[in-house]
Amino acid sequence: MLSEFLQFLFSGVTVGATYALAALGFTLIYNASHVINFAQGEFIMLGGMLTVAGVSAGLPLPVAIALAIAAAAVVGMLVVRFAIQPAKGADVVSLIIITIGVSLVVRGLTQISLGKGTHSFPAFSGSEPLHVLGATLLPQSLWVLGVTAAVVALLGWFFSRTLTGKAILATAYNRLAAQLVGISTNKVLFLSFALSAALGALGGVLVTPITMTSADVGIMLGLKGFVAAVLGGLGNGLGAVVGGLLVGVAEAMAAGYISSAYKDAVPFVMILFLLFFLPRGLFGARVTERV
Amino acid sequence: MSKNLTLSVQGLSAHYGRIQALSGVDLVIPEGELVALVGANGAGKSTLLRTLSGVQPASAGAILFDGVDITRLPPHERVKRGICQSPEGRQVFGPLSIEDNLRLGAYTHGRQGVEEDLGRMFDLFPVLQEKRRLPAGTLSGGQQQMLAMARALMGRPRLLLLDEPSMGLAPLLVEEIFRVIVRLKETGMTILLVEQNAHAALSIADDGYVIEAGRIILSGPGRELLENEAVQKAYLGV
Repeated sequence: MLSEFLQFLFSGVTVGATYALAALGFTLIYNASHVINFAQGEFIMLGGMLTVAGVSAGLPLPVAIALAIAAAAVVGMLVVRFAIQPAKGADVVSLIIITIGVSLVVRGLTQISLGKGTHSFPAFSGSEPLHVLGATLLPQSLWVLGVTAAVVALLGWFFSRTLTGKAILATAYNRLAAQLVGISTNKVLFLSFALSAALGALGGVLVTPITMTSADVGIMLGLKGFVAAVLGGLGNGLGAVVGGLLVGVAEAMAAGYISSAYKDAVPFVMILFLLFFLPRGLFGARVTERV
Repeated sequence: MSKNLTLSVQGLSAHYGRIQALSGVDLVIPEGELVALVGANGAGKSTLLRTLSGVQPASAGAILFDGVDITRLPPHERVKRGICQSPEGRQVFGPLSIEDNLRLGAYTHGRQGVEEDLGRMFDLFPVLQEKRRLPAGTLSGGQQQMLAMARALMGRPRLLLLDEPSMGLAPLLVEEIFRVIVRLKETGMTILLVEQNAHAALSIADDGYVIEAGRIILSGPGRELLENEAVQKAYLGV
């Protein structure tokens, strides 16, 4: 009974960590530009697929991973340069639609260049499961959780301790004032896309040895990351992490106790109820500014 | 009188969509002078400052800063050159601490000399030092105004743009803000002060301009404008 619950919890938290990284990506870009970047899932896919490509080209795994994450960040910046900037002045809805177009292009190009097959690479520390209170835990799950926790801590430090991090926050809080103190909002946009692409790709890399990857995993992972971001209150970093874990756990519990056929429906049912009853999410912005 | 011109604006126009907000504005700000721009609500005062800072595009005309044409430069390039603005409605970064707001004011300078500048701001506005760790959004309106001015000063302005610094403040605070402006002027800072409070602004200004419906309709030394009959009637309630 407990072991069964623990088993579901482990798998939920593991996949939830990936959603959390995706949700952080949504949050970053939303804060910098108020755009919901529906290409976020493709960055997750690129992380896994490019690592697969690197490994099969003979690169050692760590090098392939580093290159894949860097490449995803570059793709993020290319998206700004060639898809977002040319539409400068367009309203936010148009920009969101553009990101959907971008996701189709990225997915298509990946299918053409890397194929439509399903791939994986070996887990970082073998796949001998650990036994915890009767449940099994893959070492890769610990990698996912550990690295996610480290990244969240690093981001926390970046946004609360560095001037660049604060400049990004300042742009989110008050774009006009940010421009007036000399922050280049353009640079912030590039940085946010690069950073969220790298975060997404990292999630994709970590989870691939457990769930495998293919050119079309991005849609589902991206949408679930979006649900997680909304659940946490769009624009709130802590909320994104909590939202990601909650979505992952809810999904795993539904798969375990009800039926795995309903697994993918869970996040979307969640978002319906969320939008009805708690449209600002769990940690939604509370207006504190005085005028 | 052959002072260097810090800023010279020639035939400047700006539009919001199809609505013309500025038409053919000419204005000069000599180095070290305090210039006041007065006019009614919606006359184009804030639009002029927005255009000078580059957050509103100019549709015609030129802005020369130190003789260099900056009309098409993005806002952050202008801040780097020393055009710093304390905007209308304060616009502080509400959730960030007062100290962070000030440090962001020095964003274009990296680290050099920022601690000394912070100290100077706390001398100028002691209340900000007491509350340096608090979110800026928790400050009163007057304190937010001080913070907005201090944040602009952290950018080491060669031209300080002040948009309605006395708006919505209690008389005692208005006095304090104006005392600070006079102090800054005495240090030789070049200032463009935009005010609805025409009397207070013109009293401390070297030169004044009166703007109406996007056009400069009068200009001259501050004292002269104060005594001008049309100005008295329209803006001073005499």
